[in-house]
Amino acid sequence: MKTSVILGTMTLAAMAAGAAGAQTLSDVQDRGTLNCGVTTGLVGFAAPDANGDWSGFDVAVCRAVAAAVLEDPQSVEFVPTTGKTRFTALSSGEIDMLARNTTWTFTRDVDLKFEFAGINYYDGQGFMIPKELGVSSARELSGATVCIQTGTTTELNLADYFRKNNMDYEPVPIETNAEAQQQYIAGACDVYTTDASGLAATRAAFETPGDHVILPEIISKEPLGPLVRHGDNEWGDVVRWTLNALIAAEELGITSANIDEMKAGTESPEINRILGTEGNLGEMLGLDADWAYRAIKANGNYGEIFAKNIGESTPIGLARGLNAQWTDGGLMYAPPFR
Amino acid sequence: MTTLSDPQGESFRLSMLLNDTRYRSYTFQFIALVCVAALFAYLGSNLMANLRAAGLSISYDFLGDPSGYDINQTMIAYTSQSSHLRASIVGLLNTLLVSILACITATIIGVVAGVLRLSNNWLVSKLMAGYVEMFRNVPVLIWIIIIFTIMTAVAPSPSAFRGDDPDASMVFGMIAFTNRGVYVPAPVFEPLGWVVLGVFLASIVASILYRRHARKKLFDEGVLLPTTWPTLAIVFVPAILVFFVLGRPITLDIPELGGFNFSGGVTLLGSLIALWFALAIYTGAFIAENVRAGILSVSRGQTEAAAALGLRPRRIMNLVVLPQALRVIVPPLISHYLNITKNSSLAIAVGYMDLTGTLGGITLNQTGRAIETILLLMLFYLAISLTISGLMNVYNNAVRLKER
Repeated sequence: MKTSVILGTMTLAAMAAGAAGAQTLSDVQDRGTLNCGVTTGLVGFAAPDANGDWSGFDVAVCRAVAAAVLEDPQSVEFVPTTGKTRFTALSSGEIDMLARNTTWTFTRDVDLKFEFAGINYYDGQGFMIPKELGVSSARELSGATVCIQTGTTTELNLADYFRKNNMDYEPVPIETNAEAQQQYIAGACDVYTTDASGLAATRAAFETPGDHVILPEIISKEPLGPLVRHGDNEWGDVVRWTLNALIAAEELGITSANIDEMKAGTESPEINRILGTEGNLGEMLGLDADWAYRAIKANGNYGEIFAKNIGESTPIGLARGLNAQWTDGGLMYAPPFR
Repeated sequence: MTTLSDPQGESFRLSMLLNDTRYRSYTFQFIALVCVAALFAYLGSNLMANLRAAGLSISYDFLGDPSGYDINQTMIAYTSQSSHLRASIVGLLNTLLVSILACITATIIGVVAGVLRLSNNWLVSKLMAGYVEMFRNVPVLIWIIIIFTIMTAVAPSPSAFRGDDPDASMVFGMIAFTNRGVYVPAPVFEPLGWVVLGVFLASIVASILYRRHARKKLFDEGVLLPTTWPTLAIVFVPAILVFFVLGRPITLDIPELGGFNFSGGVTLLGSLIALWFALAIYTGAFIAENVRAGILSVSRGQTEAAAALGLRPRRIMNLVVLPQALRVIVPPLISHYLNITKNSSLAIAVGYMDLTGTLGGITLNQTGRAIETILLLMLFYLAISLTISGLMNVYNNAVRLKER
């Protein structure tokens, strides 16, 4: 026991010792790689392929930041984190940024001393239930056994929702999405609840997706986005504006196909400012003029990243919904580049 | 009167700390202690300094905040509005419950398997050897998952009990085996029911007194009184008589299928059962080997001598061999009990909310206070382990070979 106490303390101390000062940008540039925290594997958001190359919706954000800062979208070291380890990894300095379906909440922002750089996916918690049970609304779920992925905001939302509506339920906590799927299919729980995007991804993997319905109620707001440590505002700005550049690029019609053409100069001053042919936005960030050009070029604009990883043409098949541009009735709204 | 005076006590000099063998070991132990303490102090201050630099501080204030999550098995009153501390205690009790159940079951399985492995019957001893080798050579996590998976896959879901011609039916119309757990009837005590329970407890005390009396009689007068049947009679007959005389004041709350699930009765969660059996069977295999070693450590002459006195094999085992074997069996048994308690932290694999699941899982995640919760978790497990170890040492002293 004593040895493990020593080892544990040493680990904690070593992790704490790694906490760097407020110089993340220069640290990353000196190191030449970006350490980016991602999930241990959630298809569509972040998962390694057979060659060990990571790809996905969250991974694209990491690659865009690496392209902006290091001029190479491939120089990213992906650090898989679980729901439990993600915050310690970030606050200890093991990773420079976390892009892992993390919900922006007050306590995470204020109490845990993190800085959310923006929102790259607006999600909400939903319920999936077999069609044969004949339930059409979450209000009819009183007494149900509910499978929840533990260690997320979902179990708090679930507790709140059932308490608010005076209903009982029996929670079945489950560690990973894969196990939850198995339990749900075996009938060990009546309902499976997680973020609606996760439900869609899970249902797509079933043999007969048509036998399961996702109930219309969305019981929570789950704004997911990349985050960095509190107190290093220069680095926070780099991540925030890289994400904004991806979103603005879609709005302004900059795509990976036409970006080289636009780089030569366009009629639109905002496009020119983003791509560095006009003004000195890059210099203000501590980067060169081409930072946003490289970030967008890496994986395309926000819309392209969405369509390629989780959009309707992929097996996950998510509609844009809330994540459409504000001009299309969605919530994606990048502040002006000026 | 003697003129001889004692030799003058040598005065203590500082150099004796190194040169005198009486003091040298203390010197080195002291230096080692200072080094270890300094190392810990350095690590601790380093941790605190870095946390401060990151704007964080060690604080246990979160323990008083509402936890906000529900737990499926609670032995004390708990809602999502209870504090994180209460959630931790719910987890602690769940850990203790599964540990105690598993310790008892593992001991029974271990003793039976250990004794049977020494059986002269080839089939029985080989079967037990197979059991021991199979279970102790596969990680316990795998056994937990295997048993849980088999339970969820084989047992019917509650919906199979529904309808006029259900696929599954309840055993004796009372017990439902489902893939979510086993639903058993719960006793409901009317006021007079407590009298029956009181009589039952009194009968148990009486039976112990009777056995003590029989033992005394055997040792003092050499008269062998029957014990088995009288004990059973003393324990059950009065309670059953009182039960019927008072007009059956204890009824059963039989689980019924309503809505999504069975309600009423007592629910043994599938996760509890899987964890309990996996820990018991796994550790039972180790205990079986200890029991075998203990029995083999008793010289064969003892058995033969007892047989020569005309004792029957069962009595030889109970009166001669096992008491002597216990001094070999008990010390490693303590380690196995500690292992069961610590291995119970694998509970999250099947969704059983033990201490690791509540304090080290959801609370850690929701509050983000990793260092605090892990330290607290270590403290809890250390306290449980030291308690078990202390209690078992008391027992060990009781069964130790008395040296006279």
